[in-house]
Amino acid sequence: MPITLSINGQPRAVEADPDTPLLWVLRDELDLTGTKFGCGQALCGACTVHVDGTAVRSCQTAVGDVGAGKITTIEGINSREAQAVQAAWRALDVVQCGYCQSGQIMSAVALLTDNKKPSDSDIDAAMDGNVCRCATYQRVRAAIHDAARRLEA
Amino acid sequence: MNAIFKASDAALSRRSLLRAMGGIGIGLVIGADLAPLGSAALAATPEPAAFNPFVRIGPDGTVTVIIKHLDLGQGTATGLATLVAEEMDADWAKIRTEFAPLNPQLYGNKIFGGAQGTGGSTAMAASFDVYRRAGATARAMLLEAGAKALNVPADAITITSGTLIAGPKSVTFGELAEAAAKEKVPQDPPLKQAANYALVGKDGTHRVDNVAKTSGTATYTQDVKLPGMLVAVVAHPPRFGAKAGKVDDAAARAVKGVEAVVVVPQGVAVLARTTHAAMKGRDALKVEWNEAGAEKRGTDALRAEYRALLGQKGNVAESEGNVDAAFAHPGVKVVEADFEFPYLAHAPMEPMNAVAQITGDRVTVWTASQFPSADAPGAAAAAGTSPDKVTINSLWAGGSFGRRAVATADFVVEAVSIAKAHGKGVPVKLVWTREDDMKAGYYRPMYLHRVKAAVDAAGKPVAWQHHVVGQSILSGTFFEKMMVVNNIDATSVEGATEMGYEVPNRHVELTSPKTGVPVLWWRSVGHTHTAYAVETMIDQLAKAAGKDPVAFRMDIIKDPRLKAVLALVAEKARWGTSLEPGRFRGVAAHKSFNTYVAEVAEITLLDKGYRVDRVVAAVDCGFVVNPDVVRAQVEGGVGFGLGHAMQDAITLTDGVVDQANFDTYEPLRMSQMPKVEVHIMPSTQPPTGIGEPGVPPIAPAVANALFAATGKPILNLPFNRQTIGS
Repeated sequence: MPITLSINGQPRAVEADPDTPLLWVLRDELDLTGTKFGCGQALCGACTVHVDGTAVRSCQTAVGDVGAGKITTIEGINSREAQAVQAAWRALDVVQCGYCQSGQIMSAVALLTDNKKPSDSDIDAAMDGNVCRCATYQRVRAAIHDAARRLEA
Repeated sequence: MNAIFKASDAALSRRSLLRAMGGIGIGLVIGADLAPLGSAALAATPEPAAFNPFVRIGPDGTVTVIIKHLDLGQGTATGLATLVAEEMDADWAKIRTEFAPLNPQLYGNKIFGGAQGTGGSTAMAASFDVYRRAGATARAMLLEAGAKALNVPADAITITSGTLIAGPKSVTFGELAEAAAKEKVPQDPPLKQAANYALVGKDGTHRVDNVAKTSGTATYTQDVKLPGMLVAVVAHPPRFGAKAGKVDDAAARAVKGVEAVVVVPQGVAVLARTTHAAMKGRDALKVEWNEAGAEKRGTDALRAEYRALLGQKGNVAESEGNVDAAFAHPGVKVVEADFEFPYLAHAPMEPMNAVAQITGDRVTVWTASQFPSADAPGAAAAAGTSPDKVTINSLWAGGSFGRRAVATADFVVEAVSIAKAHGKGVPVKLVWTREDDMKAGYYRPMYLHRVKAAVDAAGKPVAWQHHVVGQSILSGTFFEKMMVVNNIDATSVEGATEMGYEVPNRHVELTSPKTGVPVLWWRSVGHTHTAYAVETMIDQLAKAAGKDPVAFRMDIIKDPRLKAVLALVAEKARWGTSLEPGRFRGVAAHKSFNTYVAEVAEITLLDKGYRVDRVVAAVDCGFVVNPDVVRAQVEGGVGFGLGHAMQDAITLTDGVVDQANFDTYEPLRMSQMPKVEVHIMPSTQPPTGIGEPGVPPIAPAVANALFAATGKPILNLPFNRQTIGS
């Protein structure tokens, strides 16, 4: 049955059962492959997107439950916070394999949107659900602080 | 999207194919490494001009560097491209990279005897000269063409950021590309002196994958989508070695979107139009497994068998002096310990996957191919064709840690087997779920070690007896013939043999039992366990000798480079200075893959447990191409090694793997990551590897800090299996 979703500011109609995880609708139906499949159980955060500005795990979000929620994926971020986060990530060369980084960035943008100057423990709390097997955590942390400084400027 | 994946765009595909075929212009190979491409087919189009198998320049001045080693995150694409950009005086902002197609003659790894592949931290060591020469060759050809275009002698031209300048006249790489590619390929182009490097060895050369991987546009295997492609999800047997018996696929076929169900040697595959439908179909399958040949032992049973083997004679891997006489000498202090190391999964963020399409007698594979020279024959055999009919398109890898380099090409073979069984000629994308990936085997083997060592009355080590029991990684693979000598798989004992310390009497034995659990190299291979046993024993010996762990090591280290990194890390970590109450330091130093790393860990002992606060590392990996990539690899290696040392193990109950996802196999998370500080030893020695060598010292450094804190050595990994606390 067709479902209309708001994705990156555009209405998008998709054919999908309501129980389909949002992740697979994004990836398989809409070709938005920046959102990654890592665990399928909301244990790793690679699939993180924003629904109404809140970071959610799209692998455990049924598409039928999204309703009129405004979905933003890595392809659609362009807020001041997002630009600061991406600039900081590039300046500090955070990425290694990169597979988790869309999710890391989506969580970081959500954090900085709510909290302009997160402490280390705020970062632990907001980012502990985002696994990086390359263990780029030190640079993720530094880049979040760097992005916060960019936002102050 | 990469052009490769727009297969619907016939023109692009055709040109890509022409390019690839041009790249196999074996007849035109001049010199050892560089083959100029036949440019006739290319000249008629605005396609990038190919200067050699490693460099293409587009009309817009984009320089594409063909990367012959897979970048699994370790920064190889950046490092190799930097060498080309440096030699060419190219504009770093205009550098792009592409992974090399299957072609061992052009893209083989000399350290692997010419096989095309990535591993053992060899990429930079094997390819440093190749890429410098590739860049220098292209530069010389651009200079020749530039001299004609500007009508000046070549030596009147300077090149800056991709522009050739002679007085008031200038011309860009892009403008010259087509003409320059037709210039004669120089035999021995001059290479830059290190003193003139602008990019190499400098900070500020950012990763080439920086933008793509922060905007969601980098293409991984999981992201490949081709016209008509089906997604396959496979029901795998619960025990290694089992095969599908009776299959009831009626419910699976009834799932909307499911197109086919096929039985393959690896299990039962459900092919569907979407990933979700394939997963639902797989869940709906009813399969009876034939477990006649299956491994039914659990890790408890294996451990008991290994423990019994520890007490028996093994094969001698190394022997010097007479350990028995040394142990019998009056006045020596003997320390004995048994160690246990569990099976470990690689669990990279991207579960294993591959896309395969069989068209007639040809097979095309899209995957992050870490070992094309194994993936090609594997794919060919599964398709019933010959390796020369295989095309491999390699993509960014969402991690590997060794998992994507498999002699059996397991997941590539699975994808091709499904495509073959399906038989419709459409592309098939094999998707493993996290659970599939975790339970698929190819683990770092479980090992038991027994070490007996002694110091004399003066506090010097005099004897070291070491027995390692655990599966051989190489046995049963095509490496066995070359690399298993006198029943010794060197990867099982490396680091215990050729130990970095002066011990006059040494005896190392190895026993390699066989089990049905597939095993594989895992980031730093044998050093993952040998460095732990050696470095924690050294601390026990230092204690027995009444000496400080750093001072004890400094007295007995043979190699001056290892000594130098230990001295550097001790200085930077302020070893020997006092710490706040509850905080402790531990040290470890180890050479692996010709790279020397020493690490000091600082921990805080808590009421229950401990916290790793800070790690200081010193590294000597020879000449450094990109210091920030080196730092990143050591930071990541520390985190990777630490997470597993603290909390990870793959266990089996009656042959069934107990772990499935990141709740039961717990990756290190942000809140557990210590502050890591990396110091690089300046060096003009040839570059060695950096992807792996940061891993081995971290577990023993932390264990030694815990030993300093509690007085009790930690003999079983992971640490958190035992009770630790103040």
